[in-house]
Amino acid sequence: MAYDGESLKVVGTRPIRPDGVEKVIGRANFGADMVMAGMLWGKVLRSPHAHARIKSINADKALKLPGVKAVVTAADFPEIASEEAFMGEGPMNFRDLSYNCMARGKVLYDGHAVAAVAAMSPAIAEEAIGLIEVEYEVLPHVIDVEDAMKPGAPVLHDDLFTQGVEPKPSAASNVAKRITFTKGDAEAGFKDAEVIIERKYTSQPVHQAYIEPHACVVSAGTDGQCTVWSSSQGQFMVRAYCAKLLGLDMASIRAIPAEIGGGFGGKTLVYLEPVALALSQKTGRPIKIVMSREEVFRGTGPAAGGVYEVKLGAKKDGRIVAAELIVKLQAGAFPGSPVGPACMCGFAMYDIPNVSIIGYDVVSNRPKVAAYRAPGAPNSTFGTESCVDELARALNMDPLRLREINAARDGTKAAHGPTWANIGYENTLQVARASEHLATKLGPNQGRGIASGFWFNIGGESSAACHINEDGTATVVEGNPDIGGSRASMAMMAAEVLGIPYERVRPVVADTASIGFSFLTGGSRVTFATGMAVTQAAEKVVVELKKRAAMIWDISPDAVDWRDGKAFPAGPNAGSFEPLSLAEIALKSGRTGGPVSAEITVNAQGAGAGFATHICDVEVDKETGHVKILRYTAVQDCGRAIHPSYVEGQIQGGVTQGIGWALNEEYVYDKNGRLDNAGFLDYRIPVASDLPMIDAVIVEVPNPRHPFGVRGVGEVPIVPPMAAVANAVADAIGIRMRDLPMSPPKLRAAIDDEEPPRLAAE
Amino acid sequence: MSKHHVSTTINGEPAEFLCEAQQTLLDCLRDELHLTGSKEGCGSGDCGACSVILDGKLVCSCLTLGVEAEGRTVTTIEGIAEGEKLHPVQQKFLEHAALQCGFCTPGFIVAAKALLDENKNPTEEETRYWLAGNLCRCTGYDKIIRAVLDAAAVMRGENPPSPATR
Repeated sequence: MAYDGESLKVVGTRPIRPDGVEKVIGRANFGADMVMAGMLWGKVLRSPHAHARIKSINADKALKLPGVKAVVTAADFPEIASEEAFMGEGPMNFRDLSYNCMARGKVLYDGHAVAAVAAMSPAIAEEAIGLIEVEYEVLPHVIDVEDAMKPGAPVLHDDLFTQGVEPKPSAASNVAKRITFTKGDAEAGFKDAEVIIERKYTSQPVHQAYIEPHACVVSAGTDGQCTVWSSSQGQFMVRAYCAKLLGLDMASIRAIPAEIGGGFGGKTLVYLEPVALALSQKTGRPIKIVMSREEVFRGTGPAAGGVYEVKLGAKKDGRIVAAELIVKLQAGAFPGSPVGPACMCGFAMYDIPNVSIIGYDVVSNRPKVAAYRAPGAPNSTFGTESCVDELARALNMDPLRLREINAARDGTKAAHGPTWANIGYENTLQVARASEHLATKLGPNQGRGIASGFWFNIGGESSAACHINEDGTATVVEGNPDIGGSRASMAMMAAEVLGIPYERVRPVVADTASIGFSFLTGGSRVTFATGMAVTQAAEKVVVELKKRAAMIWDISPDAVDWRDGKAFPAGPNAGSFEPLSLAEIALKSGRTGGPVSAEITVNAQGAGAGFATHICDVEVDKETGHVKILRYTAVQDCGRAIHPSYVEGQIQGGVTQGIGWALNEEYVYDKNGRLDNAGFLDYRIPVASDLPMIDAVIVEVPNPRHPFGVRGVGEVPIVPPMAAVANAVADAIGIRMRDLPMSPPKLRAAIDDEEPPRLAAE
Repeated sequence: MSKHHVSTTINGEPAEFLCEAQQTLLDCLRDELHLTGSKEGCGSGDCGACSVILDGKLVCSCLTLGVEAEGRTVTTIEGIAEGEKLHPVQQKFLEHAALQCGFCTPGFIVAAKALLDENKNPTEEETRYWLAGNLCRCTGYDKIIRAVLDAAAVMRGENPPSPATR
């Protein structure tokens, strides 16, 4: 059933979130806030080397320290076979994840876990890891993505042979995979072009930088029953990894979702939970492990960095006739960078007849990358949307006009396969075109940049239950951690369907034993897919409520209407009865067949594609190289905003992360492959004084595949900002920055350069 | 090694705890007193998630030793509301949807209260600089700044419209 925009009473309003009060009074329980009786504290020993063979580990001294109860190493985990795990937002392998949680044989990056201890206090655990003696044979390492691809580079995995090339390579290398996407004939297209721009862009890994470090409290009972309390983007994901990595049955693990203090994709895999379980099995005691911020930077995430070679060919009238993209993406120590989405998203905003895209997934001695908000898309889009701007300048054309000419619309076949339907990209361009922002004038050293972006959004498996309580209130149960206000959206959709006030619906995020399987919170899927399950569960309840009213009135259920939370006789022929409210039916449910309740599982398809267009104004201080964001407008097609404030919040947050990615954030390694900036002082994320208000403009082109028209929101906002900022810098001072971040020293060096790279057609 | 006995006042109530010399005030609040509203995001004074008010002054409790609380007055996030009645900053955070994950929220609310205790009418720029020591990765700060400015207006007796009502 579809719900019409005009008749909506709850959807589209801005109520206070159901979990709000406990979060503003400090009572919400996050990963590190849990304690269990008899609990020990765990701590992980991490590699100081970028690449080394582990010759021996001697824990004798650590185990003799009073208060130390156990030490685990890879020897305490079962050796498991290589097996694809479709668990996160990108490809994953169970064996790789086991090795990532605890190094086996070799350490592959600075910060790689080598051993862990359990002790009576955090201080003792900290002291104990210093007493574990690890003998390393240091190996040559490689950090840079293009260095890692060169013949003769230090090879991380001697069983890694490049997939996607024929014939199969005879030698192992760091290139895990080569992928291609082709549409039309790019070579012929470039011959036909009148203007060709070919550029190379680069970016460094950036961390998701959720403020809550990873944390868990686990208990492995002597009967084999395990409880895992942790902060993650999916309790079912945690359960599956723990079961696989430790050789346990899924039914023996109950994974309980803590409140999650930010994830952005970085908590779509596990680091601590299997280690804590191994320590708990060994000691017979509950174990708590909390990462330090330094561990978060060295041992988790980040998002991939990479190289993006872009070539665009156009006619003088602005029609793009050919496009080429080569993406070399860093996977970190194990294969699995988001190179696929990076390849697919770069040109998805455009209708280009001839396209060639090649992607490489490359390992190097860095932490294994994790998903980060539209994984891969911001990388390639920094390249493609910068290049579109360079093309506009070469054509002497308004960059927004160039996008209008080439915009993908319904019926356009994207280079990666799908033919678009019900997309709102042009709508975002129209709103940007008409915006007051675009009409404002700029001053000296100020510039304006435009960039667009795309993210697929996903659906997938979700479960939800709707229980009617005896007093006529409702409980909605879901299996997706609420990372940014989704409980409110779930309660709003249920309230809308049931016809009762929002405040009478209580949403609960349940553990793995209390609700059916739900794929993790990621891919901008929860309001779409889990929202669909919640809507259907509430609809099933309404069917039952009508049946109960029919029973009370002794008429056919078909003769009962449901509106505003009440049953009505469908018409005069149905009989004359006073309406029965949900509360009245609930009160009598014991006499009409028992409790009213429904659980629904879905594998939601038809997630609507997300498009956005951003406008960014900057001012460059040519003396210091500092870029100030003066004004920012982000226009995005959100399908239907269930709770507009949280939709705006997703947009504003994603934009701000993108601004950090553009201007400041990067992983910096020393010559030994050790991370130099593993803390918030040296890895600087945007703070309040860096920013203006972010104008989030919601465009609503309803997604016909969702009952309320929802399409995913959370990921698109981080896709355009890097190019928007770079394009604005180029507009301000005529210098094109093609290497992120555009930090003050780099920008200052570019300004100082006697012959700065000129704009566009040089 | 014997522990230190600390007598202090927390959220208006006398409190005592035992701590080791190297334990931070944050660890004492969280692990000894089970006041887990103050969060550790960095442990190095860079993120502000552990913000508390010590004798009227905003501090990072991760950079303060537990023994430093001896004889002093500590206000944590658990002491910002008056019983059932939320502080205007808390109420405006809810109305403005100024929190997403909610992890940095206690630190922001404590820091914002400290701002409004000493400046009843801060400008947007003053608010942004005061809160520059508190990191939020979810919101982009927009709704946080609006919430604090609205809370200031409420505390001055004005009645700014709530975005929570359509």
